[in-house]
Amino acid sequence: MNFQKPSWMILGTLILVLLPWILFSEFLISFAVIVLYSATIGHSWNILGGYAGQFSFGSVLFFGTGAYTSSVLQMNFGINPWIGLIAGILMGALVGAFVGFLSFRFGLRGSYFALITLAFAEAFRIIANTVEFTGAGMGIYIPLDQHPLNFQFEGRTGFYYVILALFLIATAITLKLENSRFGSRLKAIRENEDAAEALGINTFRLKMQAIMISGGIGASGGTFYAQYYLYIDPSIAYGVDKSVEMLLVSIIGGMGTVMGPFIGSLVLHLINEISRHFINAPGLSLVVYGVILVLIIGFLPKGLTGAFQSQKKVKRA
Amino acid sequence: MLEVSGISKSFGGLQAVSEASLKVSEGSIVSLIGPNGAGKTTLFAIISGFLKADSGTVNLYGDALGGLKPFQVCQMGMVRTFQITQPFAKLSILENIMIGAYARIQNPEDAAQEAYKVAEHVGIRVPLESSAADLNVAGRKRLELARALATQPKILLLDEVMAGLNPTEVEEILKVIREIRNSGITIFLIEHVMQAVMSLSDYTYVLNNGRLIASGTPKQVAADPQVIEAYLGQGASKLNQNPAIDA
Repeated sequence: MNFQKPSWMILGTLILVLLPWILFSEFLISFAVIVLYSATIGHSWNILGGYAGQFSFGSVLFFGTGAYTSSVLQMNFGINPWIGLIAGILMGALVGAFVGFLSFRFGLRGSYFALITLAFAEAFRIIANTVEFTGAGMGIYIPLDQHPLNFQFEGRTGFYYVILALFLIATAITLKLENSRFGSRLKAIRENEDAAEALGINTFRLKMQAIMISGGIGASGGTFYAQYYLYIDPSIAYGVDKSVEMLLVSIIGGMGTVMGPFIGSLVLHLINEISRHFINAPGLSLVVYGVILVLIIGFLPKGLTGAFQSQKKVKRA
Repeated sequence: MLEVSGISKSFGGLQAVSEASLKVSEGSIVSLIGPNGAGKTTLFAIISGFLKADSGTVNLYGDALGGLKPFQVCQMGMVRTFQITQPFAKLSILENIMIGAYARIQNPEDAAQEAYKVAEHVGIRVPLESSAADLNVAGRKRLELARALATQPKILLLDEVMAGLNPTEVEEILKVIREIRNSGITIFLIEHVMQAVMSLSDYTYVLNNGRLIASGTPKQVAADPQVIEAYLGQGASKLNQNPAIDA
């Protein structure tokens, strides 16, 4: 099964668009919202980690920046959250550029890059915890004012379409990476940076572009989160667990694939719901995530997407 | 077209290259030989922008390359291959070559077309859709060559493209290299396979312990006592009147 065929893509999109009419229960729609939201921020990690090969362990930086940008603008300056969404995306890209410039300029690769992103995420969390305009440790409550113009909806369906749009945009960007000069060159950097450089690729510039795109997408997920739950605080916005979620859905689904984040997100949240249904132990899902990650890395290094495709490709050239 | 003058480079206390100067004229095949550890690859890395020389200059068409990054050197028309092949292993052969082609070509369709053309040129006969990781050594060397060629260089730096190949494969790749030269691309190569150097190059430089000890046509160089001693040890040139390294 090749999910990247146009026919599959169109069918999948159609199903997702019609989903609220298929799923009548609010519970199922809110489940779909979570899956799409998780997949969207997964895309953010996937573009930087899966395609450009820069493994970030602090991608929550972008998420939190998006969440705080729209919320702070809204609470402190009365700026509409839809504009906040755009501002958040720009801020996410800017934070990406900032972190990217500092790490790529000095040639940080591999685990060093992972560590520096983690350090930045922690630094941002501590700053958000300290300064006044983010509400410090109290966080920000966004007052309930349900109106589409306000990025707040009465039912889940409105939110569903917003996150679906964000998810589809992120998917379209990733799809573009599969078959474009930019995407191929990113993959070249992932596979072998020296060889890429020798073949005329400005690796610094491309990595900067990748981290800025990643930042924008991650931030869009953050703004959505803030509007959906109407509350953020430093440990939600810049906590390590979101960083882990972002890379987990990509790795489980298949990094460097278009459908990876979606499949990973679907599987992860299904398992999460099921395990919560049977055993009521908070934190259990994290244990389950850990076990799945070990199994996936051990047996399916290409993720679930890779498992579908590998049967065809066993024939050696 | 390529002019290297007075290049020196040391790593800590080790003088890898000292005061190396050489010239590669347009349309020729020039080789750089020398025993293991002579500094050949270091010199290549300096010329292609991967390492910074301590002193000396590299000029391409009269433009100084000092301080340029490898990608800029490539954009100026000089591209290198690696001694240890560096395929983009998880990508298809086609995408590998297309990435080279993207150095000058924007459009994916055009890049693919160029890739097919180059692949045929260097004699890659396996389906291009298969993974680069599936290639054997000879295949990887060809891919390395194809990728570099796809960047449409004016001068190609080949770092031991024949190492690890069997005689038939060497014969085939020699033909390919000659064809590349005939298509107007200048070639500067590092080589260990003497058969290749002797029959291929117009001019040869010999590097030993970081110093250029001889230069000339392959025949002159092979007869040079200093060269024979560098390869076979002191006194070897007196034992054998025939060019020893040709054997």
